[in-house]
Amino acid sequence: MDVIVQLQRQIVDFTASLYREGYVDDQFTQLQKLQDESSPDFVMEVASLFFVDCEKLVNNMARALELQAVDFKQVDSHVHQLKGSSSSVGAARIKNACIAFRTYCESQDREGCLRCLQLVNHEYAQLKIKLQTLFRLEQQIVAAGGTIPVLQ
Amino acid sequence: MDKVDLSESKFNKMENNQIDQIEDMDTEVVPSMWPEDIDSEKPYNVEKPGGDQDMLEEVTIVEEPSIIDFRRLIELTSYTDKGSSQLAYLVKQWEYQQVTAVRLLREELDILSQQRQEVELKKLEILEKFRFEEEGYGGDKRPISILDEVIDIYQDLPRRKKDFITPNKKVEIDAEYDTVAYWKQRAIHLEKLLEASIQREQSLIEKLQESVKNLERQSSPVEELSQILKRADNFLHFILQNAPVVMGHQDKELRYRFIYNHFPSLQGEDILGKTDMEIFTGAGVKESQDFKREVLEKGLPAKREITFETELFGLKTFLIYVEPVFSKSGETIGINYMGMDVTDQVRKREKMAKLREEIAVQKAKETELNKTIHITEETMRAKQMLATMSHEIRSPLSGVVSMAEILSTTNLDREQRQLLNVMISSGDLVLQLINDILDLSKVESGVMKLEATKFHPREVVKHVLQTAAASLQKILILEGRISDDVPIEVIGDVLRIRQILTNLISNAIKFTHEGKVGINLYVVPDPCFGKAEGNHQKSSVGRSTTNVSKEDKCTLASQTNNDQNGSHTPRQNHSLDDEPRTPARNENTMEGDKQEDQLPETVVWLCCDVYDTGIGIPENALPTLFKKYMQVSADHARKYGGTGLGLAICKQLVELMGGRLTVSSRVNCGSTFTFVSPYKVSPMCDSSDDADELSECSREADARPKTSEPKGSSQAQEKSEISSQCTTGNSPQVQTSKLQPKILLVEDNKINVMVTRSMMKQLGHSMDVVNNGVEAVRAVQCNCYDLILMDVCMPVMDGLQATRLIRSFEATGSWDAAIKAGIELCLPSSNSLQDTQGSMPSTKRTPIIAMTANSLSESAEECYANGMDSFISKPVTFQKIKECFEQYFP
Repeated sequence: MDVIVQLQRQIVDFTASLYREGYVDDQFTQLQKLQDESSPDFVMEVASLFFVDCEKLVNNMARALELQAVDFKQVDSHVHQLKGSSSSVGAARIKNACIAFRTYCESQDREGCLRCLQLVNHEYAQLKIKLQTLFRLEQQIVAAGGTIPVLQ
Repeated sequence: MDKVDLSESKFNKMENNQIDQIEDMDTEVVPSMWPEDIDSEKPYNVEKPGGDQDMLEEVTIVEEPSIIDFRRLIELTSYTDKGSSQLAYLVKQWEYQQVTAVRLLREELDILSQQRQEVELKKLEILEKFRFEEEGYGGDKRPISILDEVIDIYQDLPRRKKDFITPNKKVEIDAEYDTVAYWKQRAIHLEKLLEASIQREQSLIEKLQESVKNLERQSSPVEELSQILKRADNFLHFILQNAPVVMGHQDKELRYRFIYNHFPSLQGEDILGKTDMEIFTGAGVKESQDFKREVLEKGLPAKREITFETELFGLKTFLIYVEPVFSKSGETIGINYMGMDVTDQVRKREKMAKLREEIAVQKAKETELNKTIHITEETMRAKQMLATMSHEIRSPLSGVVSMAEILSTTNLDREQRQLLNVMISSGDLVLQLINDILDLSKVESGVMKLEATKFHPREVVKHVLQTAAASLQKILILEGRISDDVPIEVIGDVLRIRQILTNLISNAIKFTHEGKVGINLYVVPDPCFGKAEGNHQKSSVGRSTTNVSKEDKCTLASQTNNDQNGSHTPRQNHSLDDEPRTPARNENTMEGDKQEDQLPETVVWLCCDVYDTGIGIPENALPTLFKKYMQVSADHARKYGGTGLGLAICKQLVELMGGRLTVSSRVNCGSTFTFVSPYKVSPMCDSSDDADELSECSREADARPKTSEPKGSSQAQEKSEISSQCTTGNSPQVQTSKLQPKILLVEDNKINVMVTRSMMKQLGHSMDVVNNGVEAVRAVQCNCYDLILMDVCMPVMDGLQATRLIRSFEATGSWDAAIKAGIELCLPSSNSLQDTQGSMPSTKRTPIIAMTANSLSESAEECYANGMDSFISKPVTFQKIKECFEQYFP
């Protein structure tokens, strides 16, 4: 019992920190609400899909920016995709990075774009670790027979 | 003497003839025949002797008895002028006949006397001859002649004649033959002749008298007249007895003296000697009596139509002709009265008049109507124009407002933000105003159509309160109370009801600075202005006892209903319901429900009080409260803003639904707006088992706003929290209440698809998903969607173009534009995207909602310009989807 309570407290604190530090936003709460008995791993599924998608897009963008003549339109569309995905899952930091990214795309600022790409990559990695931690905690709680506390 | 006999027999013959004639006259009156007969008698009267004058005198005497007859006749008929004139006419005719007869007789007499003169002349001649002979033969012949004379009568006549004519000669004779024997013989002879003559005269006088007697007998005017009268009478009877005519004579006192064709049930003694008033009672009797009296007094005939309503013969109209009757001295002694039953004619005439009147009225109405139609058409056009204009203004305005909202999410300094906030709030106000105008003009031009969809009143109240709580900017208690007998599910136009409630609530909140605002929802008996009384009460009483498996019933009932309507059944029902069910139980209740399904739909009147503890409304402002553009005072308008349209719209909407919106208020104490309107209630779904749930919910709702803060950010948080709690708590109701709309999501981003699909699932909707504009067009071609969520930025074909193509199809009914754009269209059957519902595409305008990421390239203006109806900004959240659904699937 103690373990569960402890884990629950831990997960609450951790989630709170995620919100506080702006890694995720309300949209992530929406995702969590969508998770129920019929789809118990919904958030995790969405997140993994997002990460796969994100990685692919980041690679695409990197490749596009490496080219001699950068097709900023192409890059922009990738950024748009990423922005859409990140906003859907509530990955606030990535989304914000994308917003900035797009302005550089528009101004065809290659340096800016590359900086943003780096930022996106960083944020992506950060979020991935954070969410993996979160999911692990959840799994532990479930494994211990407890319920995941709902964030107030 | 022989001669006399002969003539006598001839007279007899004549007599017989006359008698025959009289007999003839009895049978057929042919008075003109007999003078001819008299003529035929002429030859017999040739030797008629003198004394004619006496005969004539006697003939004139014949008139004496006929005068006496006149008197009798006059008595018989009447005292009237007319009667006597008629009689006089008859008498005149008779007299004329008599005069003719007399004339003829006189003529005959003349002839007779003429003949006699001739005869006398002849006699003289003969006598002279005879004298000559006497002189010639001397006295020798005398003895022979005497002897002869004794034997031969024929010889007598000349002798007698001679005797007559020869008194002078006698002297001569005396002087010559003065013998006694001779004189004796002669005297005897003459005496005999005289006797015969006297005899003959006597017999003639007798004959004459007899003839006069016959004449008298034969030509009795009474008989003749009565004959004539009888025939006239018969004739009149023949004509009149079947005619709808009553005739009568009334005396000076208006007492009936005579009546013909009187009402069959009345006997003669019932009528004669009585006045109308004494015979009948009822309407019209007095009028007729007065009318008769009037005629009597004026002495002029008149006609009038009088309607009687008597016990004797019911309602009848008579055309009455009354004619005064004057005595010979010229004074009125009574009236002749003639009435004809014209009831049918009058009825027909009245009918005709009525018809004519109706036609006239109809025509007048028609022209009036035409005028009205004209005016209405004008008004409609004006209103339609207003509606169109409002719509046209709304679209770009929402562009402005949404752009401003998007702008507000970017980094701005304080002053910019302030300006922007003013801009947004002003924009919102204008938008609201235009929406109001649009609604109003829709209602007034009759374009507003009420939808009939199933909804949960509790849900509506809850949601309205939640929305109000979410935008609350002061500390108020929001309450919602729903009485137990309110049915779970009713049928009505939920969008409008929600609009009314929202309007009333926001009004209440606007004018309430402290205290509470709330909604009471309860069932009321059918008010007088509606119909269908009491049904629901009975049913609700009957059902309130069977509370056990009500929730089952409810959800399943709606399921069967949905099946009937041919739309999706909520597949997620079981998984989403809080309590698990066994299939066996479901089947049972299903059967029960099907039976109940056949029951007619009942109507329930729901009363909704929206009360507040606000500033109240002064009494003098109440009459204009629901008028357009009216606010309590200019002060209020300045202080509280608003258009003054809200309540007018509410009232019109409520009335459109067949209900009534009323208000009661006390200044500084608060106001209560009450609206009562009828809803159909699906027979099987009823009552209050979720009352607990809801009251929980409403408790939440009224607890929460207390703590709510007027700050923007935390408010949003609050909102989502409320909604999440309530929806998780009551989720079963949400899906069961609505028909399943068919939704298409056009989105290329897998993660977005996943999230959106999951949200839809949780809301109880499934949807088809395609990944770009081309696929979207194909999907729309093959299937009919109630809603399309369209991403704007997509590879292959973006949302804007896809929307354009779909709109073009809806407008023209052909996919030519799509084919031109290079989309290969597929046959509906071959498309694997669609599921079971093989419904054909319809040309009805499908709502298309853009999903934008708030980027400049996806401007709201552009969305509208390309035919989209509204937009959801990404990321998609529960709240946004719900709001969108409420807008399109109320």
